[in-house]
Amino acid sequence: MNHKLFDYAPAPESRAIADIRSNYGLFIGGEFVEPVDGQPFKTINPATEEVLAEVSAAGAHDVDRAVAAARTAYDNTWSRMPGRERAKYLFRIARIIQERARELAVLESLDNGKPIRESRDVDLPLVAAHFFYYAGWADKLEYSGYGSTPIGVAGQIIPWNFPLLMLSWKIAPALACGNTVVLKPAETTPLTALTFAEICRQAELPPGVVNIVTGAGETGKLLVEHPGIDKIAFTGSTDVGRAIAKSVAGTKKRLTLELGGKAANIVFDDAPIDQAVEGIVAGIFFNQGHVCCAGSRLLVQESVADDVLERLRRRMSTLRLGDPLDKNTDIGAINSAVQLQKIRELSRIGEEEGAERWSAPCELPEHGYWFAPTIFTGVTQAHRIAREEIFGPVLSVLTFRTPDEAVEKANNTPYGLSAGIWTDKGSRILSIANRLRAGVVWANTFNKFDPTSPFGGYKESGFGREGGRHGLEAYLR
Amino acid sequence: MSDRTRLDVRKTYKLFIGGAFPRSESGRSYQVTDSGANFIANAALASRKDARDAVVAARSAFKKWSTASAYNRGQVLYRVAEMLEGRRDQFVAEVASAEGIHNGEHVVDAAIDRWVWYAGWSDKIAHVLGSSNSVAGPYFDFSIPEPTGVVAIIAPQESSLLGLVSVISPVIAAGNTAVVIASEKRPLPAITLSEVLATSDLPGGVVNVLTGKTSEISPWLASHADVNAIDLTGAAPELATQLQIAAAENLKRVYRPDDDNPDWLADPGLSRLQAFVETKTVWHPIGV
Repeated sequence: MNHKLFDYAPAPESRAIADIRSNYGLFIGGEFVEPVDGQPFKTINPATEEVLAEVSAAGAHDVDRAVAAARTAYDNTWSRMPGRERAKYLFRIARIIQERARELAVLESLDNGKPIRESRDVDLPLVAAHFFYYAGWADKLEYSGYGSTPIGVAGQIIPWNFPLLMLSWKIAPALACGNTVVLKPAETTPLTALTFAEICRQAELPPGVVNIVTGAGETGKLLVEHPGIDKIAFTGSTDVGRAIAKSVAGTKKRLTLELGGKAANIVFDDAPIDQAVEGIVAGIFFNQGHVCCAGSRLLVQESVADDVLERLRRRMSTLRLGDPLDKNTDIGAINSAVQLQKIRELSRIGEEEGAERWSAPCELPEHGYWFAPTIFTGVTQAHRIAREEIFGPVLSVLTFRTPDEAVEKANNTPYGLSAGIWTDKGSRILSIANRLRAGVVWANTFNKFDPTSPFGGYKESGFGREGGRHGLEAYLR
Repeated sequence: MSDRTRLDVRKTYKLFIGGAFPRSESGRSYQVTDSGANFIANAALASRKDARDAVVAARSAFKKWSTASAYNRGQVLYRVAEMLEGRRDQFVAEVASAEGIHNGEHVVDAAIDRWVWYAGWSDKIAHVLGSSNSVAGPYFDFSIPEPTGVVAIIAPQESSLLGLVSVISPVIAAGNTAVVIASEKRPLPAITLSEVLATSDLPGGVVNVLTGKTSEISPWLASHADVNAIDLTGAAPELATQLQIAAAENLKRVYRPDDDNPDWLADPGLSRLQAFVETKTVWHPIGV
């Protein structure tokens, strides 16, 4: 089944452009400072397991200091600054990100394991675009429909799958609206956030407007529970989101949550099949499937299922897995040993429950964390691999006969983040989109993002929207 | 003028579930008094089972109500205003009895006008809360508000009619269905309002009204996995926090107003409409 047409010579992007320090402190009040009660930990390259740098897990005092710095900056500077001036800081940041895009892309691929093609062509352009978009809002908030009064100090916790992109989704709207932030990047991917701290300094952003505290769940918990925080924005797992929702109960803290998903990607018999196959691949194998809105459940109409699956297997056989810094790489490394273990475990359960497993034939590198692109056929709605978020390059395939059945199956999940529809018929797109209980519906495409386009979930995929005019609501009162 | 020898026919106050008026399945009732502590009636003391039945009714009604045209929903809400206007004197008397206010006309008038205000909103929510998005690519990208689903409402404890109407009408104007726990001590206007709703072409189950102990019924709604959102307006602070924790289990949308003692006569604004809608973004391809 290996239809490899070409052998590609290695085309590695130079890593020399990424200047990684041996250790990093916390970014508080505009300076890198040593932690007071934090502990050092290491961040590694998941493709090689080499240590990239030592960073600090912020402790309670460190979080205190960061929140205090953010409060001072809020009270004395940022909330009082005219919107047009805040806008210009954000435009500056956007420009510097563009100037340093190559460096940031390499750094992202090193720390996260994602292919350079994606960090260079998807993540970084979107990061810059996000800052540009919200920069323009800063002096136009009275037209937003949500007023123009900021909330205060925002505690923001982001995941490891799109480290810098998630940072931009959090920081750009918060700052545009006049809030200050304490942001915690994920423990496995802190490096681009720390480089972003340098960018804030280059932009001469007033001290304390952006504070970056690194660390794991414990640091996040300190931030969430801190009484000096007015607003919490979290992107991550539904379980942690649930715990955060409980912990803010009874407080005045505002909350937005962007959580897990188990999106249906629905292929109708009149779909352009080759285009749909590309979309299925983009839906589940983009970013190694480490995407909350990944199209992890393929719902394919029975009459074309064999054809679609044959072409899908053929296409998967041409995916190149390996060095994330190689410009030809399609599938990079799994972000961590823990995540790899989870993917393996759920895949094992998929087999045990009777689904049929097929993985693309590809050699896995000796070091690092890798998982071959995999599909399961013969999956039923009761199977755990059809219900639980795997967050890896694993696709569960189900079939349907009628549009009603497709909608029924697509909605049969506690999640409701995204969905895909593949059909040649515009009226069918809109009719099915109407009936899907999901926050983002892609028609004849998948995993497309844009700063102007609101993103967020229904049901247990969380609440609140990021992006677009709607994204301002979370940061205004 | 009534004949002094004629005995009046009193009303039995029951629950309102799925468009019908059942007694509590538990067979329980409790005494309702007026503001002067005089007995007025026995109201149904709803149980956990009643609450669960009400959720089933609300869920069953959701598909029809949420897919009805916004124009149609507006017509129905306006019809509610018409029916309420026709019973204006009855509500003035009931509100006076429940709340001990002598000049209750303006409160009832405001309640009627509130239905009219939200009737007009039903087909304008998408203008104000939706958007079309200028994405960099060949897509028509738009965001529309959609109803969240089944909303549990803990109605205000003090304002037995205007407050009640102010919390129900935005929820159903947006296409949600509701399970409402009426004011514990002042439940009778809620049941009389149910009679209005039952005769206003509102499909059965869109609004369900429970009377009884707020602290007994509300935890079952807050933890119910088929309830999508909860309005904590009428819950005392401690209870509200406890309900908020229970609601986190299936990540319900929680509406907890900043102001513990809202001025129900004030312009309601958009916040209650915003609280119970989801935003769906659709990327529709453009091409030839």
